[in-house]
Amino acid sequence: MQQFANPARFLKIANAALPYIWSITAILFAIGLYGALVTTPPDYQQGETVRIMYVHVPAAWLGLFIYCLMGFFSAVAFIYRHPLADAAAKTAAPLGAVFCFLALVTGSFWGKPMWGTWWAWGDARLTSMFILLLFYLGYMAVWSSIDEPTRAAAIARIVALVGVVNVFVVKFSVNWWNTLHQPASVIKMGGPSIDKSMLWALLTMAVAYTMLFLALHLVSMRSEIAARKLRQARLIEIGNR
Amino acid sequence: MLQQALALITRDIVLARKQGGGLGTAFGFILSVMVLIPLATGPDQILLSKLAPGMMWLALLLSVLLTADRMFQQDFEDGSLDIMAMGKLPFEIVTLAKTIAHWITVSLPLAIITPPLGLLMSLDISQLPILIVSMITGSLALSLLAAIGGAVTAGLRRGGLLVSLLVLPLYVPVLIFGVAASTASLGPSSSTPALIVLCAITLMSLIISPWACAAALKAYLR
Repeated sequence: MQQFANPARFLKIANAALPYIWSITAILFAIGLYGALVTTPPDYQQGETVRIMYVHVPAAWLGLFIYCLMGFFSAVAFIYRHPLADAAAKTAAPLGAVFCFLALVTGSFWGKPMWGTWWAWGDARLTSMFILLLFYLGYMAVWSSIDEPTRAAAIARIVALVGVVNVFVVKFSVNWWNTLHQPASVIKMGGPSIDKSMLWALLTMAVAYTMLFLALHLVSMRSEIAARKLRQARLIEIGNR
Repeated sequence: MLQQALALITRDIVLARKQGGGLGTAFGFILSVMVLIPLATGPDQILLSKLAPGMMWLALLLSVLLTADRMFQQDFEDGSLDIMAMGKLPFEIVTLAKTIAHWITVSLPLAIITPPLGLLMSLDISQLPILIVSMITGSLALSLLAAIGGAVTAGLRRGGLLVSLLVLPLYVPVLIFGVAASTASLGPSSSTPALIVLCAITLMSLIISPWACAAALKAYLR
């Protein structure tokens, strides 16, 4: 862990790995999308609309996974005070928010033909995903409203850590709230189990999404490090004047 | 340590009483929300009595939220927090003491005053006791979570909107179980489980909040 924390070494490894990660992402997306759109069978109840699942479910998984990852980076930053961990958490947030947003939008596209409505508060997963998006927005707002980077980092760590603990409490309470109201209109998504003929495409898409996130995250961490160097160089220049 | 903490709580209560404003304004806010809701939904008695517990909770948590951004700001600006941070008392205890003072001066009185206003919204009178109990149970959690927002934005000039964005998602569990406890008495189910979960949420906030407040304020004080 510690040896990757040196920004120069991190940049070296990231630059070397990025072409491979991009190619793996492209190959996985090609296989996964072909499987999802062409070879997998349509659902016997949902018909062709089930194909939305292959873009919707991985986005939702990543939305939650990235938030946990952000909490992990923030914990590392809180314990070891390493700026690279702060940069990792900061750059993960917008990506996670976008995946979360994608999950919400594709979910509502799926909901329209299935439930007959764009949005159903009765579905606990939609509701808690929406609240997760709010947590992302709050975290990003902290970074943008505090000017000084070290101070913003210190505050953002705490917001992320408090958020990670609470996001699960929120999810639990929304699930409970949902069972309390027992909506009649909502059909259970996905059914009790998923057939093997569909599962492989879904898993391929999930890995493809994760690789895409990894590539985008490395790129944005690289530009974050560059932005910091630029800022420091400017400060030195002003100081020398 | 306890004595110092108590002295700090007393100081904050006295300050709040001498300065005034906080509680009275928050109460006025709840009153104006009570007027606006029927104007927005129409005067239908059955609809209003159905909406009443949820709307009372919403009014309570929004009014507590409005007082959040001033919780640490004043002491931060005049330097009192610097002195408290340098003292022997652990800084987590300092933030906890200030939060408890906020609870005593703002959240608790509001939690007691708000439920009777539900009668304006044709709240079922049999629901009144349980609404008061659940609001008192949840009010400490409201103060603790608001303190996190207040601490995170203590050094910012315009922190109000940021506080809302950060704290409102944290209020979701309190709102859900608070309303569930208040409405359970209408149906066949008991309101005890929801009240117990509400206590659990309060206890969890009691662990997280002082730590988070202290860490955030220290980032500003450095």
